[in-house]
Amino acid sequence: MTTAPPVGAPAQAAPLRPGTRRRRRMRALTGWAFALPTALFVLALFVLPLLLVLQMSASDWPLLAGNQGLNFPENYSEAVSNRFFWDSIWFTLKYTVLTTVILLALSLGLAMLVQESTRWKGFLRTAFLVPSALGLASASLLFYVLYSPIAGPFADLMASWGITFLGTPDGALWSTIFLIVWRYAGFYMLLMLVGLQGIPEDVYEAARIDGASRWQTFRSVTIPLLRPTLAMTTVLCVTGSLLAFEQFYILTKGGPDNATITIVQLIYSVAFQGPNNLGVAGALSVIVLIALVVINFAQIRVFNRKAED
Amino acid sequence: MATTVTRRSRAAGVPPTDSTVAIVAPGYRGSRRPQRTKLAGVALNMPYWVLTGALAIIFLYPLIWTAISSVSPLAGTNQTEGWGLGNYATLANYQAGIWVYIFNSAFVSLLTVLLTLVISLLGGYAFARFDFPGKNLLFLSTLAILMVPYATLLIPLYVLLNAVGLSNSLVGVALVLTMFQLPFSMFMMRISFESIPRELDEAAMVDGCSAWTVLWRVLLPAVKPGLITVGLFAFLAAWNDFMAPLILITDSNRMTLPLAISNLRGQVQGVVDDGATEAGVVVLALPCILLFLILQRHYVRGFMSGAFKG
Repeated sequence: MTTAPPVGAPAQAAPLRPGTRRRRRMRALTGWAFALPTALFVLALFVLPLLLVLQMSASDWPLLAGNQGLNFPENYSEAVSNRFFWDSIWFTLKYTVLTTVILLALSLGLAMLVQESTRWKGFLRTAFLVPSALGLASASLLFYVLYSPIAGPFADLMASWGITFLGTPDGALWSTIFLIVWRYAGFYMLLMLVGLQGIPEDVYEAARIDGASRWQTFRSVTIPLLRPTLAMTTVLCVTGSLLAFEQFYILTKGGPDNATITIVQLIYSVAFQGPNNLGVAGALSVIVLIALVVINFAQIRVFNRKAED
Repeated sequence: MATTVTRRSRAAGVPPTDSTVAIVAPGYRGSRRPQRTKLAGVALNMPYWVLTGALAIIFLYPLIWTAISSVSPLAGTNQTEGWGLGNYATLANYQAGIWVYIFNSAFVSLLTVLLTLVISLLGGYAFARFDFPGKNLLFLSTLAILMVPYATLLIPLYVLLNAVGLSNSLVGVALVLTMFQLPFSMFMMRISFESIPRELDEAAMVDGCSAWTVLWRVLLPAVKPGLITVGLFAFLAAWNDFMAPLILITDSNRMTLPLAISNLRGQVQGVVDDGATEAGVVVLALPCILLFLILQRHYVRGFMSGAFKG
């Protein structure tokens, strides 16, 4: 921040040409003018809603009737005692851990497969990346038909097994994970590639001269030097998975037997599908927000501590 | 040198057949593979070709299958015999008609792209070239948008937009989507401006150009690649977004394409019309895939720029 020097202490400003301070103030004003649209958007569409959701979470606030006054601890206790609260948390965590482990391991593998630039590898990169151009909703709709017991290519297989992919809780979970891995593997592969390119060639050269095997090189050179990338991709993937919504909304609608309700789906249904209770939905949102901030800080701390070792 | 590498790895106890993995292993990046005749090379690399070929098929198969089956016959759809565009006809006649939804989606996407470009161009310039009170706070607040769950913000935004008369409004959706694009776009534009030498605008300033002229005449051409990346990401995000219109739009004539196609699944006489859904997915995905293929360089640049580096 540049603030004008306090009056009576012009010693530093003295050597500058006259008018410099005025010019600097003009620069600051011009800067603000250019940053004004950003500031307006951030204030009106980010800071204000954030404050509003805090107020909502402490108020009796039906969807259509609006604010009906304070309802402070009740919203939160009602949120926690919702019959799907713990189930949805457990399911979301399970989904997050599975998705993150599979997605990151696979995308690192893919990145290593396509590292050099040959024509075939360029083609592979494009093939892995194309799904990430699709929206999550489009990809979910695509897999909804792909998993269809009538039209899908696996219809006969499902008929012979007597179950459908989305018909059992475990089947629905794994089918969704497959969709997410398909959609995001290229995206994470790209981030891994950026990380791999940051590892200097001579480190590998040194490992090679020391006679390290490929596995040893991978474990003691690639993984440690890739830590910043791994940290960032883990945080991204965990955050994205904890907030999963579209894939389950479109593929499973939370079923079968309410076995695939994520926490964001719970918020959505409390707010717009039935209870229409924005107060409780707000309380759930605030709980998720706090949990997310805590989880992210914990992850960053773990990765930083490991880096110090 | 290449042969020494092979000998070394053999000496280290790696079986010779493992040479296929040489391409896989990170340590061999950039190093030349042992010289072999082309045919022998292909034969030895067989597991690699099989593995990568299978992966390519897994990733491309869902897309190709959907495109093909959207025009092939299927019982219970509008395309029961022979190949044809019956499923697209179902889509075209769905409720308000597919063109209404395409128009809605295009409107929201283009407005989002336009707003994102203007705001991040001006903001990126401000953050990269000016010192003003509150600068760091504003920049960090913009990045903090990434930290807050989408759903957490959409519920209060629904109330706020209703309060200012933007309920059920495509403009409202575009405003919200622009806000969600700001962290990435602002970061991208800031580093785009910062990578231009300051001498360039200082020289123009000495010549008497105003800050606005410097931006418009001198810097704009230099940050064009950054703008293309920002615009591409904004378009893909807005065209594909599902949750914001789901919450903010209730009038079925104002729905965007993803929402309309998601609803269409169950609403054609109460049975799921898989054929029409496939056609819908093709309509949704085609512009994105084409844009991606044309602008792939810029898409990849968005990541390579270090925009996501921790």
